[in-house]
Amino acid sequence: MTEEQNRIDRRFAKLRSEGRKALVTYIVAGDGGLENTVDLMHQLVASGSDLIELGVPFSDPMAEGPVIQKGHERALEHKSSLRKCLALVKEFRGKDADTPVILMGYANPIEKMGAEAFADGLKEAGADGALTVDLPAEEAGPLNELLNARNLRNIFLLTPTTSDQRIAQITELASGFVYYVSLKGVTGAGHLDLDSVRENLARIRRHTDLPLCVGFGIKDGASAKAVSADGDGAVVGSVLVSAVGESADGAAAKDRVGALVSEMRTVLDS
Amino acid sequence: MSKPTSPIDYGAYPDARGHFGEFGGRFVSETLISALDELQEMYQRLKNDPEFQAAFDYDLAHYVGRPSPLYLAERLTAEAGGAKIWLKREDLNHTGAHKVNNTVGQALLAKHSGKRRVIAETGAGQHGVATATVAARLGLKCAVYMGAEDVKRQSPNVYRMKLLGAEVIPVESGSKTLKDAMNEAMRDWVTNVDDTFYIIGTVAGPHPYPQLVRDFNSVIGREARRQSLEQFGQLPDALVACVGGGSNAIGLFHPFLSDESVKMYGVEAGGDGVETGRHAAPLNDGVPGILHGNRTYLMEDDDGQIIETHSVSAGLDYPGVGPEHAWLRDIGRVEYVAANDDEALNAFRTLTRAEGIIPALESSHAVAYGLKLAATMRPDQNIVVNLSGRGDKDIFTVAAIDGIEV
Repeated sequence: MTEEQNRIDRRFAKLRSEGRKALVTYIVAGDGGLENTVDLMHQLVASGSDLIELGVPFSDPMAEGPVIQKGHERALEHKSSLRKCLALVKEFRGKDADTPVILMGYANPIEKMGAEAFADGLKEAGADGALTVDLPAEEAGPLNELLNARNLRNIFLLTPTTSDQRIAQITELASGFVYYVSLKGVTGAGHLDLDSVRENLARIRRHTDLPLCVGFGIKDGASAKAVSADGDGAVVGSVLVSAVGESADGAAAKDRVGALVSEMRTVLDS
Repeated sequence: MSKPTSPIDYGAYPDARGHFGEFGGRFVSETLISALDELQEMYQRLKNDPEFQAAFDYDLAHYVGRPSPLYLAERLTAEAGGAKIWLKREDLNHTGAHKVNNTVGQALLAKHSGKRRVIAETGAGQHGVATATVAARLGLKCAVYMGAEDVKRQSPNVYRMKLLGAEVIPVESGSKTLKDAMNEAMRDWVTNVDDTFYIIGTVAGPHPYPQLVRDFNSVIGREARRQSLEQFGQLPDALVACVGGGSNAIGLFHPFLSDESVKMYGVEAGGDGVETGRHAAPLNDGVPGILHGNRTYLMEDDDGQIIETHSVSAGLDYPGVGPEHAWLRDIGRVEYVAANDDEALNAFRTLTRAEGIIPALESSHAVAYGLKLAATMRPDQNIVVNLSGRGDKDIFTVAAIDGIEV
């Protein structure tokens, strides 16, 4: 990892100094229309999001539950793509120089673009890092080097099934923050076990000082607050993607997503 | 694409991380890594365990009915007018296809793992039936994911699975075919990883699946090699097998890879024709990419989205292919060709009328290319065509094409 700070590091440092938890929000780029995504990103920030995970749609999103799968399908109907995601981040940066943005997606669109072009594209667009769901530590080496060389962060997933030995191996490569998957399952599943989250965060904490954010199964302010009690933040996705999917137009999506994020922010800070 | 200069030790592949050259590997979300590690560790231990091998051989002999015959198809040979065509009769196995070789093996692994539930993905339904069959035999719970489109195309197999006690779950996402069934099976596995064993049906998926599915199906090639020497006193001049994911093809090819004189042809589904783009032939017309846990040749668009495939045969309707085939293509050891829908249908009819054997539409692709290839060869030469499955399941599809209601 490089010593130079990027937006992700600065944001977590600020939150720590204020004694607050991070609210990480996920939407799919192009879901609800490519022309509405940047507005929606600004709304996330205005309502209290600290960091945006912009989902890159993929035809075969293996780790997603039905809600986010549908979000990917809708985004692809709107002709969204990795290239267009990068353009959206660049447009977002025109009005927001501070909020960290990472691209979350699958390996094949990156493979198609080429890892180096992808890393250059992130840098050029003003993105801060990437999380590639199906690129585990064993296969992540080359992309990791390209991201590090550009002062971009590589966010890894840790799960209840990750062994201590693997936690050590993954946190060696990880930067920015670590995303702890709270359950065995796909995104949007409903069986959150807080005792298990607490034990596993303690286990991970022994290996790294990186901020720990918890995702999968977070539905509202109360669950966000509960899972982040022993970590540094909560990641929320399915409820937001569901709200976008149920909205008639861009304005309605902004209202609904804004209300959900505001509620979470308020409870998280209480 | 250059040919290697020194002989390759094919048995040394994949490497410890599951790579065949630049292909293969393990591209899955973190939750599954520990389950894959556990499976790999167990398989490495058991594959050299004489007791495990004896149990596998026993099941192949007494439950599957092996060895399957190597049959000289004389009237088919006369039809082609060239090399002798020998059919490796995997269609005579219990459940009617080669798929059972692998499910018998993986069921033994499931038994050793202590997990009480198995899941599978299926396209044509042959792997689903073969999985439901071994699950019934061992008293395991079984769920089979099948694309909603394939459920319609292959209703006899759907009913067979249900009779065998399996739950058949139609998959409505994406293109509603095999690839989507595999996505959904992976999602099930991620959720139920503690008590569920995933029986993958082809030589794709994350390491160690391409290796273990190959190993279990290699009985096809070991038998064919021995039978060739016994029945015509030499090795065959060429092997032909259809390739969807590629499990029957790798099963036939693998034991012959070091026999340099043996040419090998993998036949992909040409659909409406490779030149039309409407096909399922990634080794003919695809690019390397990452899907379903491995790096291999894929059919995708300029943004890396997987595109829909087209084939009259549900079992070949898959946008990827096993990573070992991708590697064998690039090093030039196996030649990958395509047979179009109409060529496969013609071969289906020709074999049925000439030999009294109704082949699966998947296997008909191999027969189609075998006929073409034989015509270019001498009568003293020998071709082994893998007849990977029987065609009873396909008679409704063929009847519909003929405009006949069965």
